[in-house]
Amino acid sequence: MRITVDVDGTRYSDEVEPRMLLVHYLRDQLGKVGTVSGCDTSNCGACTVHLDGRSVKSCSVLAVQADGHEVTTVEGLAQDGTLHPVQEAFHECHALQCGYCTPGMIMQSIDLLEENPDPDEQQVREGLEGNLCRCTGYQNIVKAVQSAAGTMREGSAPQAGGAR
Amino acid sequence: MIPSAFDYVAPETLDDAVRALADAGDDAKIIAGGQSLTPVLRLRMNDPSVVIDLGRIPALRGVRDDGDALVIGAMTTHHDILHEPLVREHALLIAEATATIADPQIRHRGTFGGSLAHADPAGDLLASALALGAEMTIAGPNGRRQVAAAEFFEDLFTTSLQPDEILVDIRVPKHSGWTAHYEKFNRTAQAWSIVAVAAAVRVDGGAIAEARVALTNMASVPVRARGVEEALVGRAADAATIRDAAERAAEGTSPAVDGNADADFRSHLARVLTSRAVTAAAGV
Ligand SMILES: Cc1cc2nc3c(=O)[nH]c(=O)nc-3n(C[C@H](O)[C@H](O)[C@H](O)COP(=O)(O)OP(=O)(O)OC[C@H]3O[C@@H](n4cnc5c(N)ncnc54)[C@H](O)[C@@H]3O)c2cc1C
Ligand code: FES
Ligand code: FES
Repeated sequence: MRITVDVDGTRYSDEVEPRMLLVHYLRDQLGKVGTVSGCDTSNCGACTVHLDGRSVKSCSVLAVQADGHEVTTVEGLAQDGTLHPVQEAFHECHALQCGYCTPGMIMQSIDLLEENPDPDEQQVREGLEGNLCRCTGYQNIVKAVQSAAGTMREGSAPQAGGAR
Repeated sequence: MIPSAFDYVAPETLDDAVRALADAGDDAKIIAGGQSLTPVLRLRMNDPSVVIDLGRIPALRGVRDDGDALVIGAMTTHHDILHEPLVREHALLIAEATATIADPQIRHRGTFGGSLAHADPAGDLLASALALGAEMTIAGPNGRRQVAAAEFFEDLFTTSLQPDEILVDIRVPKHSGWTAHYEKFNRTAQAWSIVAVAAAVRVDGGAIAEARVALTNMASVPVRARGVEEALVGRAADAATIRDAAERAAEGTSPAVDGNADADFRSHLARVLTSRAVTAAAGV
């Protein structure tokens, strides 16, 4: 089946099998390997991208369901070489160890901050409920999200992360 | 894993979807939000020859005020329910239960109708639909029919939906002025309920005028805790009333035994969680 999808600002038109998962379309067909897959059960959140501006687990969406829609991946966040404030904060706060969960964590953090620009610690932890990290113990991830929230509220940083 | 191969149809009207389902025969599967179905397909626990996507039928989405009831489109997402003031105002229990489902990503895709049609005994919306007396509108090749929640859930993962039928919307009688709470017990890493309790009450002049209590995962289908309801109604909304009523929570249930809990533990949870749910609902 032929699908047309806007991914990170570029329009792609491809022939895909209906059973192809969005995460595999992004990685295998478009080469957008920044989005990773970490489980078979929709639990880990590593594959999180934005579909029409809302976070989804791209392993739980068929590529054909994204036909005619807009996808933003972690690769589409930086603008002209400047990292998104959430990416910058993950770097600054050292919010990763192996980094496998990071693309999904960043995409979900951006969604969470759009819904709530000033979350307390509990709200960050609940907003990231669907993203598992085997390394960090989450402490620095929570710090990074709150730090990014501060930067973004100051409004000094470029806005990215997909339209609503 | 990747699912086995299937054909895909994405009709734009409900009539086309009903027709597509009839044409496809028994081996077709509806996909709504896909949050239960996609994992099932990936694990190859099911291999339909045709998948019919309801995601491109706008008429199945949204919540509408219909006088004495709310009508919730089957394809309304958990996220949309949480952001719909009508639900907070007239069916607070549904909003409270929805807030506990899974995580934000799954709530963005998963749907109200999909959860009810899937009928996982641990699903959080079944008990609330039962407690509030919801009624399902079902469309099939022979037209439409209405089924009350009490008849809709037949067994685990089994509803009165026939293979050629589609759940269209859910009519929820308004419970305006009622207060509600959904209390659930689950593992931190998994939001699925080991046991949960849906409670809605109408408190009038310090007494419980009306009460609806239903249990999640205390049988293969959601169950009304009628003994609890009886013991609450007409009594003072206080700790003693709630404590006595909650003792009856496990009456008439048949809890499953699995890796999370045995039947005695589930019965204990039902009593403790009922007490907490009603206490929070009644603001005691
Ligand atoms: C990691 C994870 C955690 C979860 N945690 C919870 C939780 O804590 N609590 C909870 O309640 N749920 C939980 N869920 C399930 C989630 O709520 C799903 O959204 C829901 O069970 C199914 O809704 P869906 O729209 O995604 O349906 P789908 O997955 O698309 O469909 C599910 C089934 O229902 C059928 N179906 C769907 N819609 C219709 C219709 N309109 N007419 C006829 N048949 C239909 C499909 O054919 C399929 O068999 C979780 C899911 C995952 C992956
Ligand atoms: S790969 Fe999508 S949730 Fe784990
Ligand atoms: S940094 Fe290794 S999984 Fe999170």
